[in-house]
Amino acid sequence: MTAVRDGVLRCVRPDVTTRLRILDDGAWLSVDDTRRVSVSELWRLESADFCECDLADLVVENLLETGVEGRTVQVRAYGQCIACGAKSTTGWVPVGRVVDGEFVDIDREGVLTSTSDR
Amino acid sequence: MPTDVEKWKSEVYGNEIREHLFRFAEEGYETIPDDERDAWFERFKWWGLYHQRNGQEGYFMMRIGTPNGRLEPGQLRVVGEIADEYARGPGTNPIFGDAYADYTTRQAIQLHWIELSDVPAIFEKLESNGLSTQQACGDSWRNIVGNPVAGKDGQEVIDAWPVIRELNETFKGDDDHSNLPRKWKVSVTGSADGSGQGDINDLAFEPAYKEVEGEDVVGFNVRVGGGLARNEPRFARDIDVWVAPERVPDVAGGISALFRDNGDREDRYNARVKFLVDEWGPEKFRETLQEEYVDFELHTAGRDVREEYTYNTGEGERNDLVGVHEQKDGTNFVGLNVLTGRMGVDDVLELADLAEEYGSGEVRLSQRQNVIVTDVPDADLEDFLAEDLLEHYSPDPSPFMRGSIACTGTEFCSLSIVETKNRQVRFARWLKENVDLPEDVEEFHIHLSGCTASCAQPQIADVSLRGMKTRKDGEAVEALDVGLGGGLGAEPQFARWVTQRVPVDEVPGAIANLIERFAAEREDGESFRAFVDRHDDEELDAFVEPEETDYEDPMMHNTKMTWYPYAEDDSMDAAPPTPADD
Ligand code: HEM
Ligand code: SF4
Ligand SMILES: [Zn+2]
Repeated sequence: MTAVRDGVLRCVRPDVTTRLRILDDGAWLSVDDTRRVSVSELWRLESADFCECDLADLVVENLLETGVEGRTVQVRAYGQCIACGAKSTTGWVPVGRVVDGEFVDIDREGVLTSTSDR
Repeated sequence: MPTDVEKWKSEVYGNEIREHLFRFAEEGYETIPDDERDAWFERFKWWGLYHQRNGQEGYFMMRIGTPNGRLEPGQLRVVGEIADEYARGPGTNPIFGDAYADYTTRQAIQLHWIELSDVPAIFEKLESNGLSTQQACGDSWRNIVGNPVAGKDGQEVIDAWPVIRELNETFKGDDDHSNLPRKWKVSVTGSADGSGQGDINDLAFEPAYKEVEGEDVVGFNVRVGGGLARNEPRFARDIDVWVAPERVPDVAGGISALFRDNGDREDRYNARVKFLVDEWGPEKFRETLQEEYVDFELHTAGRDVREEYTYNTGEGERNDLVGVHEQKDGTNFVGLNVLTGRMGVDDVLELADLAEEYGSGEVRLSQRQNVIVTDVPDADLEDFLAEDLLEHYSPDPSPFMRGSIACTGTEFCSLSIVETKNRQVRFARWLKENVDLPEDVEEFHIHLSGCTASCAQPQIADVSLRGMKTRKDGEAVEALDVGLGGGLGAEPQFARWVTQRVPVDEVPGAIANLIERFAAEREDGESFRAFVDRHDDEELDAFVEPEETDYEDPMMHNTKMTWYPYAEDDSMDAAPPTPADD
């Protein structure tokens, strides 16, 4: 695990501040002091380099970093693909969007696509 | 860039958190400003309050630190009364009921479903009875552990209790040591059995003899940088220092200050002192301690008694403190097995009564989540052992009951991946009914942790279980990784993770098959740990053989996605509102 940040503030836009933090040893993502994403979620992840599978079946064990791209809140996570057993760190995975200053979940039961840059 | 947590700590931390905590308790949970919740919940940990997981908003776990696991006469009753009155929430546990206390692997006590508005009343009751939650969680000196029967144990080299008491009095509430880069776990052991488990603590004092001015003196060797968390377990490293009992606070304070000044505050994952020891090595660590943090010449290490360690070693005598043991003063201490460390509140109160009736009223807690009643005279022993309560909390339990440890898991914990305590109870009961160990094997330790934080100390068990998931018939189900052959002792060893992602309903079968192979193929008198030691991972993986049996697991689904796994309507949408202030 590298580049882990526990509780570093990220701002979405200069005029509207959205507080994004990973807390409790990577247990959850806090958006504006509310818990939004938790370890133990299962993600179907499309990723060029997480593992050999076309679609990783990923158990999220630790959230490592959070950031924003436009209005999309994303995280990097550590976890294991339960189809092939690979343990690795994801690229940026979108988990929600900030709409009118509010966090709205992206459906994380569906397929998620991560950037390949780590 | 410093983390938010460090920023919050630099603003308000330590003792001063208390006044804010009390203000919020009085004015109401809702008065915690919306944009300060993360900060306050982080700080509350320092006073022993840990916000329960998602779906249980506004409810807290409360940890009471009992140094060396020592409860003075009357204190267990206080804990029981507090649990009875305040530790009841919207969820009922199907095995343990509405109110219970958890005895933990670091000799502390945990209560759940605590509401903020009740905190001042609870603190008042605790403190007027000599108990406290101060620094039970958070980045500071945690509950100090050791051999819980210090001062009474017939086997001890030196009574460590006066040392522990002094460390506790010195470093609880000491502003110079209240804001460390990370948690700080200290163990001080005076007995030769290794029951303080120093090797898995940040700082360990272990009994050792040293020749000082021509005389053999009993004191402590010092080790630093143990810990099990993440996938980075470490045993504490020998820094070649022996210290006389009266100097322990100076050396402990020096090391704590060294950690305070040199630990990594930029990255909480790299902050534990184990990583500093990795980086510096024991020599540089010792040099820095000598040059900058103590003002007297440190002795080199003395002659230790590690060869005599038995606790959690997987062989020999006294792997735990369960059973009847003779004390120095001729009376007895009686270790009672508490399956997964959890005891319903009625039983807590009854145990407090029995301790008073048969012993001195004292009760002690071990790192194997068990309780010990001390000072029972020979003449009363038989009657005590015949008490009904001891049928359930046995001094002579089945190896599978006795060997079980489990952490908090998805019931309350944010980090968890799987259900733990109730599952371990189900496992232990099934194993007891269905599996026979070879006759000469009296102990078999199975530790279940819900995630890699390793609160149940899985890496030092015969069989280590750690939360995972897998797919079974296409469905996502809770699963466990299986590790084998861990244990402490003169040559401690972490379990090797040999089998991954066993669906939880196949784990009892897997353990049964493993034990069958062990029984069939072991050499005469061979311990399980030694048996594991002489096989490679592949061979061991083959021995594990997961299999469905008549064991049924009612918690196969994602219990973390419920508000409470045992609720009738367990969906997040059915989560209770944050408790109203009353
Ligand atoms: C809500 C309940 C709990 C939470 C959220 C929690 C959280 C954690 C975390 C985050 C870690 C690893 C982080 C680190 O490196 O410091 C950890 C490790 C550990 N915790 Fe807990 N914990 C809980 C309950 C307990 C209990 C009840 C005990 C016993 C007093 C306990 C004892 C330990 C031990 C022994 C370790 C691992 C050893 C080590 O690395 O020092 N935990 N816990
Ligand atoms: S091991 Fe993990 S799941 Fe278990 S109590 Fe510790 S942090 Fe929670
Ligand atoms: Zn894969």
